[in-house]
Amino acid sequence: MNFEQTDFYTQAILSMAALVGLTSFLMLGQGRLLRLIFVFALQGLLLTLTTTLAAYSLDNPHLYISAVLTLVLKVLFVPWMLRREVLLMNMHRDVQALANKTTVMLGGASLMVFSYYVLHPIVQTTSPVMLNALAVSLSVVLLGMLLMISHRQAVAHVVGFMSIENGLFFAAIVATKGMPMVVELGIAFDVLVAAVLFGIFFLHIRTSIDSLDVDLLNRLHETDDAKPDASAIATGVEL
Amino acid sequence: MIAAYLVLLIPLLGIVLFAVAGHKTDMGKTNVWLNAVCLLATLWLAINVLNQGTLLSANKAFLVDAFNVYLIVLTAFVGLTTSIFSAPYMAHEQALGKLSAKRLKLYYTMYQGFMLAMYLVLTTNNMGIMWVAMEGATLATVLLVSLYRTPESIEAAWKYFILCGVGIAQALFGTILLYYAAVQIGDGENAMLWSVLYENAAQLNPEILEIAFVFLLIGYGTKIGLVPLHNWLPDAHSEGPTPMSAVLSGLLLNDALYAVVRNKMLVDGASHNNMAGYLMMGFGLLSFLVGALFLHRQKDIKRLFSYSSIEHMGMMTFAFGMGGAMATFAALLHMTVHSLTKSAIFVTVGHAAQMAGTQRIDKIRGLIKTQPRVGWGLLIGTLAIAGFPPFGVFTSEFLVLLATMHNYPWLAPLVLLGIGIAFAGLFRHIQPMVYGEKPEGQQPVKANLWPVIIHLGLVLWLGLAIPGFLAQWFSQATLLISGSTPL
Amino acid sequence: MNWLIAIFQTALFVALAPLLAGWLKCCKCYLQNRKAPSIFQPYRDLRKLAHKQPVVSEQASWLFVTAPYLIFSATVLAASVVPLIAVDLPTSASADVIVMVGFFAFARFFLALAGLDVGTAFGGMGSSREMTISSLAEPAMLMAVFTLTMTASTTNLSEAIAHVLGEGLVLRPSFVFALFALLLVAVAETGRVPVDNPATHLELTMIHEAMILEYSGRHLALIEWASQLKLMLYGVLIANIFLPWGIAESFSPAALGYGLLAIMGKLLVLAIVLALAETLVAKMRLFRVQEYLSFAYLLGLLGMLSHIILEAAR
Repeated sequence: MNFEQTDFYTQAILSMAALVGLTSFLMLGQGRLLRLIFVFALQGLLLTLTTTLAAYSLDNPHLYISAVLTLVLKVLFVPWMLRREVLLMNMHRDVQALANKTTVMLGGASLMVFSYYVLHPIVQTTSPVMLNALAVSLSVVLLGMLLMISHRQAVAHVVGFMSIENGLFFAAIVATKGMPMVVELGIAFDVLVAAVLFGIFFLHIRTSIDSLDVDLLNRLHETDDAKPDASAIATGVEL
Repeated sequence: MIAAYLVLLIPLLGIVLFAVAGHKTDMGKTNVWLNAVCLLATLWLAINVLNQGTLLSANKAFLVDAFNVYLIVLTAFVGLTTSIFSAPYMAHEQALGKLSAKRLKLYYTMYQGFMLAMYLVLTTNNMGIMWVAMEGATLATVLLVSLYRTPESIEAAWKYFILCGVGIAQALFGTILLYYAAVQIGDGENAMLWSVLYENAAQLNPEILEIAFVFLLIGYGTKIGLVPLHNWLPDAHSEGPTPMSAVLSGLLLNDALYAVVRNKMLVDGASHNNMAGYLMMGFGLLSFLVGALFLHRQKDIKRLFSYSSIEHMGMMTFAFGMGGAMATFAALLHMTVHSLTKSAIFVTVGHAAQMAGTQRIDKIRGLIKTQPRVGWGLLIGTLAIAGFPPFGVFTSEFLVLLATMHNYPWLAPLVLLGIGIAFAGLFRHIQPMVYGEKPEGQQPVKANLWPVIIHLGLVLWLGLAIPGFLAQWFSQATLLISGSTPL
Repeated sequence: MNWLIAIFQTALFVALAPLLAGWLKCCKCYLQNRKAPSIFQPYRDLRKLAHKQPVVSEQASWLFVTAPYLIFSATVLAASVVPLIAVDLPTSASADVIVMVGFFAFARFFLALAGLDVGTAFGGMGSSREMTISSLAEPAMLMAVFTLTMTASTTNLSEAIAHVLGEGLVLRPSFVFALFALLLVAVAETGRVPVDNPATHLELTMIHEAMILEYSGRHLALIEWASQLKLMLYGVLIANIFLPWGIAESFSPAALGYGLLAIMGKLLVLAIVLALAETLVAKMRLFRVQEYLSFAYLLGLLGMLSHIILEAAR
């Protein structure tokens, strides 16, 4: 099947897939938190557009609700919350040096190849378009994980976490034309609760270790007791 | 079916009650009552299932069959006994000044929230809802792990949240793939229902399903605590309040395994190369051995038993993966006895830690001399969990071993070795804690040990003779999962 | 006849280039709340420079004097390859996009040599910076252009444009990436903000201006004109490849006139976008230019990959 012969919807979906993949790469290479959050919001916006497009061309009204949910949650609420957190902690001027950016980027590229490899058996039974869409969403998921591994700030972890959700959402929209409404509502609810919990966590981490650098979360070791007596801390640092 | 709705409604009511009017009531007692009523409802549900066979609600949203109904009852039972233990325990913690009244309210609200999520995972027929409920269970327990607000507990909760969140995202991807395979053969609305998928499993695309299962196993496997995805588990268990460790070990891990087994049934229906089984066996055996080895290196009593949970979950995953009637039967039995024993152990561990004022193994000494009931409880519980006859764990482990010898004889030495290592690992720590000299200033605490006695009694009973109705029940579930009966 | 039109088109290119520069300046002035000069100001500047006597340093060799002519003619030749108002012209049929890039490289080579020739510090500095940037920009540009040529299965610009025209509106992920890559490269190659600032002679930041600091009179006029031509050339390249609609496919006067109007409209809009970008973006440090260009390269590469992976026929 030639690309020119596919319908406009497919072309648009593929373009969106490519752009969503690109935003994931952009996030991966981003050292500044505010820009990271901005790119994340951009990815959410692309997702909203994709959903709207799917709702329109598949004539599936409940996808409009998903689109609105995405817009509110992933484009407005979560980025707003994270941005506020970054400004509050005065972290927006820190340029976080990525330890080995080249390696991380190369790792990202190989993850993309890996997701194509994993999903390749699917191509026998379905159109290559679906393979692409699924592979891109899987790689968005994996890139989100890589983002969490390579960045040290808690805020970046949240962005990675949420971008994993984005990848899953993209797969749900593109490959299966949206899941049943109850499930989508449930997932949206979970994301909302997760976002709120992250907010609470930021507060706790900030008040307990006075930083949002997760490298400082290293008290729990597997071996050798670097860990002081639990009860001493419980009484000493009780907030 | 009304019973099933009731089972879901009671915890929901509990959430609302505690959230709105928690401070006005004696929350510990209310929690016990709610769980007791819930247990009654589940028993009613169980009788219904026993009489009428598989129940499917009118809109096909809920499914209760022989497999999940016994887990529902187990959940309600462990939920009840843990709540009995948790009332004085949390009161004691509050008296020590570790918790404020507001936190306590949060604790009880989330306790009910967790129970609701567990019941929803078990009863739902919709694979998507199952995922949502599983994630909901994470979200409900995350704030409980960090209840004490110490830097350690916050770190543990953060790890728990991030690792489980990322892990469970893989399960969602698997679910999406499953749905994708399903919409290709049928209608969209019902394509996520397990009962529909199970009926049409043979038509589903095996390639897609196999890929989906890998993601589902990784995703839910994070929750089960399979090595190498287990890192969150010891931290969350050791830093959260002890009743939480009891329900996490006793219930959450089981339900995650339940989700995996449900999915395995679908994959087995579609493809016939037993890929899902081999994967589960591999991960299970690895977790079993690694968990057993790590037992030796622990310094914290709760971490010790959380590694023991990893070890036992590994064994169950291995047994389910092996398939076949005997292994499945053994896995189901093991699920039950492990839940009962492990929650009993966490109850005694909680009391022991309160007595010693620390969770460090080398600081807890002479339990029998300080408060004999707690000491003996811990000793007997550990004997039971290590697989000593005549307890139920021995029966199930023996069955697993038998099934292994029968199906994969060359794996049997590994299983035997693992059991031995775990036994040694537990006892080298437990022995000095239970006997040993009583340190200065160690005082007995107010403890309610009825949960421990009941649990261990049941485990003993299951080890001596499995009652007829229960055996029949297990056989039905085994028939459902593996396609043949052991008896 | 066809050759006549080709020559006419090239002449038009050369004639219109200062106009585009003037319009761009106007847009920028409006955006920055300044009073804009006439859009014909570049013509006046060129005329003024052409009438002045060039001052050539005593140390300068023959290279310094010949370079402006070589640069200008190479750029004009490059311009003749790019279809402006019509496709299927004999000039564009005889040379393809690689030749065009070659002409650019040729012009740049002589510009850098001329900058070094006089031996001032600024000239050498400018040349070295120019070569650094171009060594990074050229692969990115080629990568982007190859994405297009792979889709059309030809490196000939005229045929590629005709292919895109014949296909109608197809939304290609690879084109989106290539477009962004080419825009970034164009900004770097024509010495605009944020890579270089054409409006200042601030010693530490200038690149292009540093090389031509020693030039005056008609030599300067030629070099200025060549760089205006280069700007327009990139504009036309982007406009006509990604949005070729309107370009003349036959040689009737009506079609040609329509084509002229179309390209002028497209350039008008493109210049506004460029002016907007230049106003909004701050110039970046020289050492960050490589990041910028490697991003452009990444985009080009992604375009190529998405062409191979997403769009290839199966």
